[in-house]
Amino acid sequence: MNKTVNQKAWFFVLPVLLLVAFNAIIPLMTVVNYSVQETFGANTFFWAGVRWFGEVLQSERFHASLGRQLFFTFTILIIEIPLGVAVALAMPRKGPWVSVCLVSMALPLLIPWNVVGAIWNIFALPDIGLLGRMLNGIGIDYNFTRQPEDAWFTVILMDVWHWTSLVVLLAYAGLVSIPDAYYQAAKIDGAKAWAIFRYIQLPKMKRVLTIAILLRFMDSFNIYTEPFVLTGGGPGNATTLLSIDLVKIALGQFDLGPAAAMSLIYFLIILLFSWIFYTVMTRNEEQ
Amino acid sequence: MAKITLDNIRHSYLARPEVEEDWALKQLDVVWADGGAYALLGPSGCGKTTLLNIISGLLKPSEGRVLFDDRDVTELPPDQRQIAQVFQFPVIYDTMTVYDNLAFPLRNRGIGETEVDARVRQIAAMLELSERLNTRASGLTADGKQKISLGRGLVRSDVNVIMFDEPLTVIDPHLKWVLRSKLKELHQELRRTMIYVTHDQTEALTFADQVVVMNLGEVVQIGTPVDLFERPQHTFVGHFIGSPGMNLLPCEMDGGKPVFAGRTIPAANADAVKANGGSLEIGVRPEFVSFAEDGIPVQIVKVSDAGRFRIVDTSADGQSIKLLIGEGQGVPSGGACLRFDPDRTRVYRDGWMVT
Repeated sequence: MNKTVNQKAWFFVLPVLLLVAFNAIIPLMTVVNYSVQETFGANTFFWAGVRWFGEVLQSERFHASLGRQLFFTFTILIIEIPLGVAVALAMPRKGPWVSVCLVSMALPLLIPWNVVGAIWNIFALPDIGLLGRMLNGIGIDYNFTRQPEDAWFTVILMDVWHWTSLVVLLAYAGLVSIPDAYYQAAKIDGAKAWAIFRYIQLPKMKRVLTIAILLRFMDSFNIYTEPFVLTGGGPGNATTLLSIDLVKIALGQFDLGPAAAMSLIYFLIILLFSWIFYTVMTRNEEQ
Repeated sequence: MAKITLDNIRHSYLARPEVEEDWALKQLDVVWADGGAYALLGPSGCGKTTLLNIISGLLKPSEGRVLFDDRDVTELPPDQRQIAQVFQFPVIYDTMTVYDNLAFPLRNRGIGETEVDARVRQIAAMLELSERLNTRASGLTADGKQKISLGRGLVRSDVNVIMFDEPLTVIDPHLKWVLRSKLKELHQELRRTMIYVTHDQTEALTFADQVVVMNLGEVVQIGTPVDLFERPQHTFVGHFIGSPGMNLLPCEMDGGKPVFAGRTIPAANADAVKANGGSLEIGVRPEFVSFAEDGIPVQIVKVSDAGRFRIVDTSADGQSIKLLIGEGQGVPSGGACLRFDPDRTRVYRDGWMVT
């Protein structure tokens, strides 16, 4: 097929290009600029080359944050994806309850992130919070402000509460788009519930699940507000995830060079993982 | 293998049907003989798919019973009825190979792998899928996928009936012919009962030994293609089957003969029509109308060429009458007279042939 070449068409994308340049490329380049220089007060800069990158990559602090981040992200993925699919399967496909379910599922997604953190902070307080009080009441020694395991438990539970809905909604959209004929054919073929799930529902949900996993991966890897409000990264550094650590370096210590280098490494890690996920999950389709 | 009896079936999708129109299926009594090739023909929305789903068990009729031989299966779910169904859009299990797709219904029923293998290979050979057994089913074309759907019905040796719900809708025109011949061939080879739902008369008439014509939730006629053509029991059959459809002319009885436009028209069933009453019509197919020296005077309106024959549109007394003439046969200009073949001309009262 011959493609029509029309260079004037570039003018139509120019506004978008400017917009993207203004809100993405320019700030990113500023970060690149900081990452290769050392800054002092009164806007004085010295060339530092790739020194900050080397320092960040070798720093134990960064390794620890990255480890915590990976643990957090993979834990919530392992919980949220199967749970979201299970809830979507249990939801009604027809009738008046559909909208009730959809609205209540969407509710956690509508709450501002810092409010989610505040809600869980109060909810989990060991002396007055409903959850904290109850756990201690049944004899479990629970205090998320002092014990790292309890802090992790609360952060993960909060994320599951906040974001499983997104997986549910996506999986549900995939489920309702399966034509009735598939279920009818499966019934006639004598397929049991597990076989229907394995050979019809799961393959048909594959696309939306790919999107769900990607979104949950990227968002959870970037997560800042909720754990910051809930635990502030503590106790100690127990729940200091990458973004919390980054903010500490950049705005707490004002080490702009190392912070910029860390931002870029952080960004590249997300890009790399997303690319790997996407390639692995869509590979079968191309075959 | 079984004879299938639909006994006093009625169905409505409403919880409390009140008027006649609320019934998707009105009063049905049909017997499908074991091993027959049937077509279920009717316009969209006439209840064909509803009827099919009642036989397969995907739908439970509001009233009446479904019998396989003498066993009442009305309450049984589809997987316990030993039936197979091919849907309008090909249903395949995307992640499986062609082989696994064909084996799926057998494996679900706990049949041993040796037997599964033998059956799958035999059916794949019949459907010309042998070479693609190990490819992924999702990579096949629409007709290949539809063959797999069909194959899943054929692999089971216990199937009572295979039902097709407009299976060629998504198939390219030139492949429709191929697949239809394949179906016919498979029917002759296996002698399974097949019920083929369609709104396309060509598909119905070429596939089936017996055609069941439905309209507005009722069966209007069951018969061989020749029956439907030569002896339509209802004006709907006359007009739905055949191209162009049957001519219908309002008439009244006078001295035991039907009269149209002031002329007596001899009709095969004239003796059965005792009196006026209801709406009476004369029905005659364009194939059985010819020009004559003496007969019904008409004006010629239009002549259109349809290949091997020509369709002549005429008008008499405000009514349109069509007739077919062979190639090379002359058409009189302006006025002419028509004659109806008396053995093929019938009187209908309120749509139904008077008997």
